Amino acid sequence: MDNESTLSTIYSEDVSLMVVILDINPLFWTSVNSNTNSLTFTKFMDQFLPLLNSVLLLNQLNEIVLIAHGINSCGYIYNSSMENRRGGKRGPAFFAEVSEKLKEFMEADCLHRKGAKSTSTIVPSLLSGSLSLALCYIQRVFRSRPIYPRPRILCLQGSPDGPEQYVAVMNAIFSAQRSSVLIDSCVLGLNSAFLQQASHITGGVYIKPQQLDGLFQCLSMVFATDVQSRSFLQLPKPAGVDFRASCFCHKTTISMGYICSVCLSIFCKRHKKCSTCGSDFNRPNSNSKSSPVQKSKRKLDDR
Amino acid sequence: MFATVGGSGGSAIGQRLSGFENPRSSNSGNKNRQRVQGRGSNGVDDDDDDDDDDKEQDDDGRGEGLDAWERAYADERSWESLQEDESGLLRPIDPQTFHYAQYRRRLLLRSSAEQESSSLRIQKGLIRYLYIVIDLSRAAGEMDYKPSRMAVVAKCTEAFIKEFFDQNPLSHISLVTIKDGISQCLTELGGNPESQIKSLMGKLECSGDSSLQNALELVHGYLSQIPSYGHREVLILYSSLSTCDPNDIMVTIEKCKKAKIRCSVIGLAAEIYICRYLCEETGGSYSIALDQSHLKELLLEHAPPLPAIADYAIGNLIRMGFPQRGVDSLISTRSCGEELKVGMGYTCPRCYARVCELPTECRVCGLTLVSSPHLARSYHHLFPIPTFKESSDPAPTSNLYQKSRRMCFACQQDLVNQGSNNKSFVDVSCPKCKQHFCLDCDIYIHEILHNCPGCESQPHSKNGLNNK
Ligand SMILES: [Zn+2]
Ligand SMILES: [Zn+2]
Ligand SMILES: [Zn+2]
Ligand SMILES: [Zn+2]
Ligand SMILES: [Zn+2]
Repeated sequence: MDNESTLSTIYSEDVSLMVVILDINPLFWTSVNSNTNSLTFTKFMDQFLPLLNSVLLLNQLNEIVLIAHGINSCGYIYNSSMENRRGGKRGPAFFAEVSEKLKEFMEADCLHRKGAKSTSTIVPSLLSGSLSLALCYIQRVFRSRPIYPRPRILCLQGSPDGPEQYVAVMNAIFSAQRSSVLIDSCVLGLNSAFLQQASHITGGVYIKPQQLDGLFQCLSMVFATDVQSRSFLQLPKPAGVDFRASCFCHKTTISMGYICSVCLSIFCKRHKKCSTCGSDFNRPNSNSKSSPVQKSKRKLDDR
Repeated sequence: MFATVGGSGGSAIGQRLSGFENPRSSNSGNKNRQRVQGRGSNGVDDDDDDDDDDKEQDDDGRGEGLDAWERAYADERSWESLQEDESGLLRPIDPQTFHYAQYRRRLLLRSSAEQESSSLRIQKGLIRYLYIVIDLSRAAGEMDYKPSRMAVVAKCTEAFIKEFFDQNPLSHISLVTIKDGISQCLTELGGNPESQIKSLMGKLECSGDSSLQNALELVHGYLSQIPSYGHREVLILYSSLSTCDPNDIMVTIEKCKKAKIRCSVIGLAAEIYICRYLCEETGGSYSIALDQSHLKELLLEHAPPLPAIADYAIGNLIRMGFPQRGVDSLISTRSCGEELKVGMGYTCPRCYARVCELPTECRVCGLTLVSSPHLARSYHHLFPIPTFKESSDPAPTSNLYQKSRRMCFACQQDLVNQGSNNKSFVDVSCPKCKQHFCLDCDIYIHEILHNCPGCESQPHSKNGLNNK
């Protein structure tokens, strides 16, 4: 924090801080391997690392932070502003260093694994953790400098969404929106409803590349541009975001439903009791005149 | 005419002098910083550590860039930036420590209130119907707040309305004014922050007396019509020191209590007995603002939903629609607003009418229309993250990638003693995941993010919404 003070005054709008969130879910990458449409992790790294390098080369003040998440842990892998202070490496040495660290992280993530789960289904990786880390880091940059680079987050996600992360991911999205941080996303596996919403709400770009062989071209065309220059480009347009809700009871997507007035849980049909907060909906009140009538009818039928 | 005149001017002044309880310097840490610095050049040693603090940007930019001799002394309470230490010496307040201490107190207060009210189930009043009553009587023209009380009230209300809708997307607000002893409804109950703010800014004139009873009667009339699941609240921003009422105000207060309307008052002058009585009777809160930043802080305390009092509102299922965003480029006219607009919109799933903004009520069939992110904005109220514990023991270095330095798990900031005279703790840890965090992250995590990065970086235990 000492040497920065002289540099930091030069930062402006066209300088970017790019926080890259990389999904290294071992289960995803091994399953991809066996598919015909193959993109092995090493092949992916060959396409991905040049992106980092080119962003750093676009402007010498650009910064990159790389955060990885697997199925058991999240962690910082690389931070260009810290490396620069130590006399940062560029080119092949940089590639080697980052991939070495990622490999270590991936191995550690596998070791953490408790019990032998079946590898046939992909366990969702911890997207919410990485997003939270990224946002905390961006806040630190905000408070430590008078003029800061324009921050954005790029998510490279392979594994499917984890429904249990819904609340946490949404919290992260709203916090990003609040501090006007864009979330760009590039999905390598199935479409991700989380990231579609994240990019839509924060004004980022969401893409699902058709051909993974030309990934670098796609990444560099879309995600290397800074936020200011994006208005000059024809970026891929979102193909409608599904904002319909899914009910808590069956996880089916519904366009009309019932909402608990106490906790706002969503249900597809009337329930007697809220399964989230335990509110009893059968208490007599002026709004539900129909239910006591139905009840008495049912009683008559039983007899 | 029955007039209840009360007021113990002493209480506000007493508070004003009570040393550390100094809200003036809470929000605008920057102002203090300036002061501390100014003094520093006059002899008191100015630590180098303050460097990065000074660069911090503050949205509350008054008094910025002014040197000590440029500021007006009428405005200046220089004694407030001093603090007494253990040995009785006066020293400048370290703004960062102070800011943090304030946050901490707020957090603890909130978490204890939560535990008290709902040890079994989390229940919060998420669907709120709030009437903001603004006193525009003669007293609102007083200039003790700069430029005037009503201008400051309007500015703070604007910030409050925005924050309110951010935190309570399905709630409704209406503005009521008191002028010439008569109370008037400025805007209808609604969910559109822009139109509310606009109409308030257009009506900023003050005259005559203030009448608490008239305002309560008006609001009571409106609030008795809302659905039973809604939480009825009134927030009164009271400038004057008296109330000039047509009948017995006690009867009106009793009526509000029966209608389960929670009344809260924020006073701008001094404590008045009748206001305290009203708040105590109806379960609201009463506070007196000391200055502009304190007023804003008090107001914003009303933004998060309060723990629901069990029988204040009845749990109910509300039918709602989740319209999809139309992607067709057909020219379609929508029925909202006066003018007809053309272009993108949403379609009501029941009657296929077009609406342009969510959340709203369908103009044709009356169905409440929301999108799932609107609902998700409220979910963090239901799953609060634990209060972090202050820790003085060194952070464990379990993670391979964090080397041997102690740093904040979330932002990688070194957890060394940064503050100059910071004898207290430097980091906090989450009781659940045992990760350590810096104080700045602690504030950010609890006030804005609502996720513990440590807990989120572990395989999820059964705590999500969708897990049973
Ligand atoms: Zn269902
Ligand atoms: Zn519920
Ligand atoms: Zn309709
Ligand atoms: Zn931190
Ligand atoms: Zn935790």
